[in-house]
Amino acid sequence: MSDTPNFATGDVEAPTIEAPDAVGAEAPPEDAAERRELHDIWVAGTEEPEWVSQATDEGAQELLPDAEEPALAVQRGTLVDDDYVADDTVAADERQIINLGPQHPSTHGVLRLQLELEGETIRRVKPIIGYLHTGMEKTAETLTFLQGPTNVTRMDYLSPFHNELCFSLAVEHLLELPMPPRAKAIRVLMTELNRIASHLLWLATQGMDIGALSMMLYGWRERERLLEFFEKTTGLRMNHNYIRPGGVAADLPDGWEEDIEDILKGVPASVAEYEELLNENPIFLDRTQGVGIITPEEAMAYGVSGPIARAAGIQLDLRRVAPYSGIEQYDFEIPVGKHGDVYDRYTVRVAEIRESLKIVSQVLETMPAGDYRAEDRKVTPPPRKRIDESMEALIHHFKIFTEGFKVPAGAIWQSVESPRGELGMYLVSAGGPRPWRLHVRGPSFAAVQALPVMLTDSLIADMISTLASSDPVLGDVDR
Amino acid sequence: MAGAAEPSGFLLTSLEKGVNWARTQSMWPATFGLACCAIEMMAAGAAHNDLARFGMEVFRASPRQADLMIVAGRVSQKMAPVLRQVYDQMAEPKWVISMGACASTGGMFNNYALVQGVDEVVPVDMYVPGCPPGPQSLMHGILSLQAQITSGEIKRPVVQL
Amino acid sequence: MTAKGGEVPPEAQAPPELPNHPLLSELAASFEEVSFSQVPRVEAGPQDTALVPREQIVAFMEAAFDLGYRMFVDLCAVDYFRRDPRFEVVVNVLALDPPHRLIVRVGVPADDPTMPSITGVYPGANFYEREAFDLFGIQFAGHPDLTRILLPDDWEGHPLRKDYEVGSVPVQFKGAHRAE
Repeated sequence: MSDTPNFATGDVEAPTIEAPDAVGAEAPPEDAAERRELHDIWVAGTEEPEWVSQATDEGAQELLPDAEEPALAVQRGTLVDDDYVADDTVAADERQIINLGPQHPSTHGVLRLQLELEGETIRRVKPIIGYLHTGMEKTAETLTFLQGPTNVTRMDYLSPFHNELCFSLAVEHLLELPMPPRAKAIRVLMTELNRIASHLLWLATQGMDIGALSMMLYGWRERERLLEFFEKTTGLRMNHNYIRPGGVAADLPDGWEEDIEDILKGVPASVAEYEELLNENPIFLDRTQGVGIITPEEAMAYGVSGPIARAAGIQLDLRRVAPYSGIEQYDFEIPVGKHGDVYDRYTVRVAEIRESLKIVSQVLETMPAGDYRAEDRKVTPPPRKRIDESMEALIHHFKIFTEGFKVPAGAIWQSVESPRGELGMYLVSAGGPRPWRLHVRGPSFAAVQALPVMLTDSLIADMISTLASSDPVLGDVDR
Repeated sequence: MAGAAEPSGFLLTSLEKGVNWARTQSMWPATFGLACCAIEMMAAGAAHNDLARFGMEVFRASPRQADLMIVAGRVSQKMAPVLRQVYDQMAEPKWVISMGACASTGGMFNNYALVQGVDEVVPVDMYVPGCPPGPQSLMHGILSLQAQITSGEIKRPVVQL
Repeated sequence: MTAKGGEVPPEAQAPPELPNHPLLSELAASFEEVSFSQVPRVEAGPQDTALVPREQIVAFMEAAFDLGYRMFVDLCAVDYFRRDPRFEVVVNVLALDPPHRLIVRVGVPADDPTMPSITGVYPGANFYEREAFDLFGIQFAGHPDLTRILLPDDWEGHPLRKDYEVGSVPVQFKGAHRAE
């Protein structure tokens, strides 16, 4: 062909592409302003304007959205259906919309971020969630209150004890059932160990996302220690169904003091190792300091709580402000940061690991003897031995496990300080054996909502770092 | 050229056995961790229970570079088309492990939101029960899959004739 | 399959006198149609609740914000099914200094399931209102982007309503065939 460009001489002319007639598309306008007008709003569900069926880029292959599947087009990211108005200083073809997720190694689960990029800078972020929606709130209405913890524990699957504790406390408020001191202490022990395990996992994934791959393996190593203890006590490594309305499922096993002492010896040494690995590392500092900043006012307006809010300077920890399960008798500090960036979140979480270790050692020293669950025969099942001896025990066991115990009518809010922030439950009971409505307020829902605030005009690399530092658990977000 | 006839003859069946063995020794999983099972899958890949000794050193993020898809977690209705798309993007030969109760049957969430078993969306070669299955259960599933591939119980074409 | 578990729950019993928290007394003075009540809790302070008419919710939330309830915590909806108003939207805000939590309940009737959006006062209510719309069908007037958030965009129906089935599939057990 005579118009083959001659690269050797540098005499290259951009080829002209004719719009294919077969599709009926017109050539896109040359005027940039006119082109921008075409790429304006289209709200999905209304009448499709002409430009949707026309070619997009000059010379690009025609990828026409299937007319019958607009939803799929939205999912693939080829349609953005909100009413953002393009910036006049930048031509429409200098911005690119790409999807991060839902399947991506760095999104901590199935989170999808629709990013509008200008080069490497993110101009707009739209988090799209719902890829892990399990209908747990609907399932909760079909399970009895005793079965409730099995459902809730799988919401925030990195801190299952906190979910169970929140649910059990809410039910106990409605039952007007106070807990014996040993049950409270066991609950504090398990939840604080869970906080340590969750923060270690966070350290691991933050390191992995930034590129410190050895941190990933080290974090899991410490977690195994804690998970072994959980398995010994509750029977499972995760999703334990241990903290139930009425107390805990079983007493601590024999030899638990030695196990806790091993943990108290091993974990601080390892955490010191990780700080040595990361604190002075120039790459880590570059990627975390000054990145992903959120101000205290923004954090409060968006409902962001937990380490993100504390790193921004808000002194809010529900264990201090609204204590539960006897945690006020233990002596611990609340670490608070200053700048609200990723590095402050890192220091706050590492400090929280140390504070939790302090609480665990206090629980170890002061663990009271006594019942591990309330002695309310209508709520807590009788010991298996008694079922053979007493008719009443048999009847209670039967009623509790088939029909379920009835909880008086009422609507209650209970929240706990989970490793990610304020985990709350609004429980409405109608006087029957099942909840009328259980709403779970996951802290990661607010954190994901606040991502656009943390990510204004950041680079993609900073976005990965910020996303990792906000520690979203999609089970919490989507339920 | 005949269709996909069964390879026959001594050399070809040995080749088949050799290829199947080789396929199992370096199977790279695609990261498809969805929920709690993903945490146990990561624990299986971590140092304590090491998947790397079975050839699964790297979890590839891109499905184009992976041969094994471990569906770890509950698959919601919104995620099902994404799952199918990722499966389609993997190159042959590919295998699927359905890890956990939610991926195998919908688990304890028998409701409107979940696909009741990932085998409604992709063909599954191995189901690993548990909620979540511990790393050792997952490894048992993976090793059983490897054994079944090597023995020929799970067939993938070796030679297209 | 409709309501499981018995009767529709009654509202919390309101003590006749005004609330004794300083912030709440100020709110009670400015809004006469709002009724305050307390729900007792075990080994914790009582839960302060305000029942606010729909039309006044934005003004009430603005007043609460000015008084110090700066932290937005939660917004959810409850379907009481046979009660009138059928739905109730529950807003949860937190004041930090001094710490106090306020739960605001707004009744939303079934024949007109709309409510003014509070995203103008608390931007964090954005995702929560979308979730209430998605799962219950309650429309929030003035919301910047009221689309489905948890379910696929082409989903029909609002699953958490009481007249929407759980959607369970029949499960076969091993012994089921032997029963014949």
